[in-house]
Amino acid sequence: MKITLDADKCCGAGQCVLVAPEVFDQRDEDGIVVLLDAEPPAEQHDAVREAAAICPAAVIEVH
Amino acid sequence: MTARPIAVVGASAAGLAAAEALRRSGWTGPLTLIGDEPHLPYDRPPLSKQLLHGAWEPERLLLRTEEQLAPLDLDLRLGTRATGLDTATRTLTLDGGERLACVGVIIATGVAARTLPGTEDIAGVHTLRTLDDALALRARLTGTGRRLVIVGNGVLGCEAAAVARELGHHVTLVGVEPTPMAAAVGTEVGELLAEEHRAHGVTLRTGAVDGFEADEHGVTGVRLADSGLLPADTVLLAIGSTPAVGWLAGDPALDTSDGLRCDAYCAAAPGIYAAGDVARWEHPVHGRPLRFEHRMNAAEQGMAAARNLLAELGESGERKEFAPVPYFWSDQYALKIQAYGILTGADRVEAALLDKEERRVAALYGSGGLATGVLAIGLPPRQVRTLRAVIAAPLPWEEAHPRLLAALG
Ligand SMILES: Cc1cc2nc3c(=O)[nH]c(=O)nc-3n(C[C@H](O)[C@H](O)[C@H](O)COP(=O)(O)OP(=O)(O)OC[C@H]3O[C@@H](n4cnc5c(N)ncnc54)[C@H](O)[C@@H]3O)c2cc1C
Ligand code: SF4
Repeated sequence: MKITLDADKCCGAGQCVLVAPEVFDQRDEDGIVVLLDAEPPAEQHDAVREAAAICPAAVIEVH
Repeated sequence: MTARPIAVVGASAAGLAAAEALRRSGWTGPLTLIGDEPHLPYDRPPLSKQLLHGAWEPERLLLRTEEQLAPLDLDLRLGTRATGLDTATRTLTLDGGERLACVGVIIATGVAARTLPGTEDIAGVHTLRTLDDALALRARLTGTGRRLVIVGNGVLGCEAAAVARELGHHVTLVGVEPTPMAAAVGTEVGELLAEEHRAHGVTLRTGAVDGFEADEHGVTGVRLADSGLLPADTVLLAIGSTPAVGWLAGDPALDTSDGLRCDAYCAAAPGIYAAGDVARWEHPVHGRPLRFEHRMNAAEQGMAAARNLLAELGESGERKEFAPVPYFWSDQYALKIQAYGILTGADRVEAALLDKEERRVAALYGSGGLATGVLAIGLPPRQVRTLRAVIAAPLPWEEAHPRLLAALG
């Protein structure tokens, strides 16, 4: 699994961090998403897919 | 006989989330996604923000590209309206007269903008719900120095006011409530927003709209019931919305009095589920039916409805009650307003932090002795998540308030 972000679209909802805290974080200044692990291990894959689906700004793409 | 499909009606945030969740959860049968707009599923929040501003073009609003949709193997019916549903046989009627017998149906038809009678034919009077609406308003707001009157000072009206000021137009925001966004955030926070709008040059007016003046070019003014005429060349009606349930009204098994009434599993009838702005479901934690017009809820509920439908059909898993912590945000000027839980109808609101200079706010909302919601402006994300934890489940006010203060450090 490889994750890419279109961070310009991020509205800082933070839902990705609630769902997959090992993979996503948010910048302190403005809450924009930060990718902690672009190729996370298998046990994270379900959480990452969930985060991508739930993100209200279609920021997270899973390849 | 060919296999019957699962049909999702409404091809926007909730409908797309439902369709994707059906596939992720293992539905390999036919899947039909029906939407009456001609566009691929797109995102609405930017309509009153980046798109209206001109910073983004419509392509940026697409929730998925065609390539991303392809693996879903959808029978995608855009520009198609569902006109009826027989719940007993799970059969949809489409506007071409086609009848579609389904194994299950997910209703995600959202809401439509309310209008005022008699305004349909006046050029320059707009609503803002769809991409086409937003592009029409944006075209009207090219150049500078337009006189825009926004009727309705809720979230949508406030966001549009902020953008129109940034574009250099004269903006008057009219509401029946003296404080903007009072219904969504209460008067104390609403007052802070009012100051922000005034500081940016928006004229705030209180009053009920009595009618419109127009000449052969279109609207020229908005008449208020007791305080005269507001000159205008463009009007935005931002006076709320009505759930898109008219097409369901024929079926006595469904309660469509305020959206489509569902149980805690988002089911409206056997095999019939609903999600997003249209769904009023029994929130198991709050113990009453709730309906939200929030972007996050649309995605979460679309996924929940999809999973529960598949569980009911015996395809996968167990049905689970849908018990989210509601979330909404709004962007106005440089302010990002974020709220978790339930804020509307609060009988108690307390701002634990209200720094007007730095524009930082943390406020607690509740009713009946329970704290049910928090609102944050200008706080770092980690702190916002801690605030969310305080009200994730309703807590006695006396317990929640100190926890909120502790979270603020
Ligand atoms: C301008 C604007 C700004 C917003 N900003 C924010 C924000 O900042 N934060 C936030 O949390 N929320 C915001 N929202 C709310 C958010 O966009 C909605 O909660 C979300 O779009 C709901 O998704 P939905 O899929 O339930 O409904 P909708 O997005 O309304 O989609 C329903 C779809 O179903 C179609 N449809 C209706 N009837 C039929 C039928 N009979 N047959 C076929 N198709 C049908 C409709 O045309 C529409 O395409 C905003 C909304 C708007 C309009
Ligand atoms: S869920 Fe989406 S919008 Fe929210 S912080 Fe994560 S990437 Fe950004």
